[in-house]
Amino acid sequence: MLEIKNLHVRLEEEDKKILKGVDLTVEPGKVHAIMGPNGSGKSTLSYVLSGRDGYEVTDGTATLDGHDLLDMEPEERAAVGLFLAFQYPVEIPGVGNMTFLRTAVNAQRKARGQEEMSSADFLKLIREKAKELKIDADMLKRPVNVGFSGGEKKRNEILQMAMLEPKMCILDETDSGLDVDAMKLVSDGVNALRDEGRGFLVITHYQRLLNHIKPDVVHIMSDGRIIKTGGPELALEVEENGYADIVEEVA
Amino acid sequence: MALPQAKLDATEARLAALALPAGGTWITQAREAALARVREMGLPGRRDEYWKFTRPDTLIVPQAPKAAVFADDEGLPFDDMDRLRVVFVDGVFDAEASDDLSAAGIEIERLETAAAQDIHWAKDIYGTLEKAGQNPVMRPLAALNSAYATDGVVIRVTGKAKKPVSLIYHHQSETSDAILHNVIKLEKGAELTVLENGPAAARFNQVMEVDVADTARFHHVRIQGRDHERHAATHIFARLGTESVFKSFTMTVNGVMTRNECVIELTGDDAMAHVAGAAMGDGDFHQDDTVFITHDAVNCESRQVFKKVLRNGATGVFQGKILVQPEAQKTDGYQISQSLLLDDDSNFLAKPELEIYADDVACSHGSTTGAIDEDMLFYLRARGLPLGKAQDLLVLAFLAEAVEEIEDEPLREHITVRLQGWLERHSR
Repeated sequence: MLEIKNLHVRLEEEDKKILKGVDLTVEPGKVHAIMGPNGSGKSTLSYVLSGRDGYEVTDGTATLDGHDLLDMEPEERAAVGLFLAFQYPVEIPGVGNMTFLRTAVNAQRKARGQEEMSSADFLKLIREKAKELKIDADMLKRPVNVGFSGGEKKRNEILQMAMLEPKMCILDETDSGLDVDAMKLVSDGVNALRDEGRGFLVITHYQRLLNHIKPDVVHIMSDGRIIKTGGPELALEVEENGYADIVEEVA
Repeated sequence: MALPQAKLDATEARLAALALPAGGTWITQAREAALARVREMGLPGRRDEYWKFTRPDTLIVPQAPKAAVFADDEGLPFDDMDRLRVVFVDGVFDAEASDDLSAAGIEIERLETAAAQDIHWAKDIYGTLEKAGQNPVMRPLAALNSAYATDGVVIRVTGKAKKPVSLIYHHQSETSDAILHNVIKLEKGAELTVLENGPAAARFNQVMEVDVADTARFHHVRIQGRDHERHAATHIFARLGTESVFKSFTMTVNGVMTRNECVIELTGDDAMAHVAGAAMGDGDFHQDDTVFITHDAVNCESRQVFKKVLRNGATGVFQGKILVQPEAQKTDGYQISQSLLLDDDSNFLAKPELEIYADDVACSHGSTTGAIDEDMLFYLRARGLPLGKAQDLLVLAFLAEAVEEIEDEPLREHITVRLQGWLERHSR
């Protein structure tokens, strides 16, 4: 599904290498976690895959079901099924949450050559999904993320994911700023979306999120490379001993 | 004080191209007094501080600059609304195209008809509010209008008007030079909505004087259309009584020259004045909102909300002032002017001012200029919105604060649809 090979990335504005040869394959139905200390390049990987400006790919490839992601506009990547749940969801004053979601759903359907969803179908679907995430009607009416608490913003990300039904979901530090209850809600939302056709890449600094969203594979990233890959037990090891031991062991 | 020679010459040249229209005693007196004001002030010149950002040349030259008639494919504004249509073609009332004014249920007549009489209630307003608005800043184009206006409407409302009065201005001649003057009087407790639309003429000079008595409510929604080459200078002068409400919104798209002045005096306690505007310009667009709100009374609220979207070298101007007199305690004044520049060639020039002589007031003002927020744009695109659609959505979101000043929901929707239409035609 998602295949990343030898990915090298540097910042456009300053001559700084961030990713130094990342290799990673996520199979359909699997949840991969990427853990690593701050500044290891985890978030950069999510931005480069989703097409944010400011990064230059100097080597390597990234494909989703054979589509060359690095050659596509962000909206094209979304249309082939890539979704990034933002670490810091953006507030957009003046754009209603509902309008935004309907526009997004229909833009993607259009790009895939499908018919637009009728207002009635859309409303029915969004009410159902919103209810599961305990998102009330008021939150749907308000401008996108404006005045939302940290937890509300993250739940709103998961709602978008549920509505857009992407093939490949990247969750960037989705646990940051969440209390225990919110973490459970968000995780339940993610787990509800797990199925055999969908892949997940969960980026996190802490192991705690992985208690709720159980990964199949855990990667440790450090200084722009994946330095170790293992099963869920690797996350527990990090929790116990921190990153320093692993970094040292590999070096 | 004698006028500088250049100003004197320019003024006399313009006046020589005009003739005072004939009329009854009341209006002749008003016109002569207005003409005296013009001669005393002289027409605006490039060196005048109040015209620092907008060149008045095309607005004062004797002959109106030629303006090609724009073929509009969009459909006329407000068309699906129940309203009293009052049509002017190149500044001349068109009875045939208008609804029957005598059956309107409100007192409404053509200015020419009112002017023919020797006495008329409009005497207390015509040229009077304009004159009051000449201090402390001169507005000679408005005095010129009071002197030479040939047409317009005179409206008096006592109760709640059943439907909006819709003033429709058509432009059909490449050289038309229209001077229109409207007088609107809302008696105590009256309610009226006035809609205006159209490019009006190759050159358009308009004054609207609005007297809003105690507890009366006046709403105004104006669309200045897509006619590229037209020139326009408009003035609104409003006087507000106790607990009265005045709300005016203007959408301006295209137009090589538009100067909209709005002068409001809050004379009664607890009154409210909101003025808002959404402007979108592409290329040789110059649009100027000049607003002056004076608080004379206690516990009044005023808001100025102006947003401009500019591309391909378009220019937007905002000059806004809140003047709070010593007796106007508990004033709540708000002013915001913002521009969204879609490229590096466009310009926004702003001069926000507060002048406060009372000590117990809350006044704020802000002015910003910037580009589309890249983070917002990326967020929308990451959810699958194509670049153009994402930009349009953000532009409309930017304008929303101004559009939301329109109280009536169908009108708000109508304006949004037209803004959206403009974006679709002018994007990319």
